[in-house]
Amino acid sequence: MIAKHHDLIVSMSCRVMAPFIFLYGIYVITFGHYSPGGGFQGGTILAADVILLRMSLGRKATYKKFPPQMGLILGAIGLLIYGGTGLVTVLAGGNFLDYSYLPFPGLSPSDRRYYGILCVEIGVALGVFGVLLSIFDSLTKEK
Amino acid sequence: MKWLGIALICLFAVFLFYAEGDMAPYGDISSPANLHVSPDYIERSLEETHTPNIVSAVLADYRGYDTFGETTVIFTAGLICFMLLGGWKRDDSQTS
Repeated sequence: MIAKHHDLIVSMSCRVMAPFIFLYGIYVITFGHYSPGGGFQGGTILAADVILLRMSLGRKATYKKFPPQMGLILGAIGLLIYGGTGLVTVLAGGNFLDYSYLPFPGLSPSDRRYYGILCVEIGVALGVFGVLLSIFDSLTKEK
Repeated sequence: MKWLGIALICLFAVFLFYAEGDMAPYGDISSPANLHVSPDYIERSLEETHTPNIVSAVLADYRGYDTFGETTVIFTAGLICFMLLGGWKRDDSQTS
């Protein structure tokens, strides 16, 4: 169903744009502390980038770099990062997801909460990226 | 059976409209949420989390448990799509 696009302009422009879209997604994730953005939006941009590659270059070329099994595994890893951050705070003596108890040495509690938010955003981004990719792969897979 | 469903939906709508009368008007500055929680976030989120974006601080820190639930919902949706659309390789020779 999804095959390589025959137009040279479409496939080449998508190949040129794809790394920059990926970089922009990472920027949106990590810059969510200062601007609109965060895990959900950045993860969606990353997934849209890979889906753009799948639709323009065909599935065979992109399955090497982004195999179809990767989606759900990445989603599970993202959810584990989120839950693991909460569990670490519980083990360190605080409440669930109370980032001021994160074991980062030499940081004030507010700085620990800053980095805790970053960990959680990365987990959310990986989860959304993997799940959107997995849904796309499930819908377009060959019988 | 069809009329029973319609009657149940109408009954539920009546309950919703009845409960809606108890909610604070939208943007009411004297509602409980705007008197206690919102000023607290606006005043203290920067010094408590060092995050200038209040939305990020509320989403990931103060309301982190909600966001955990949202991520779980998204992951479950992906898992259900994967299972419904036949993600598993079915080996008929072994199951029969």
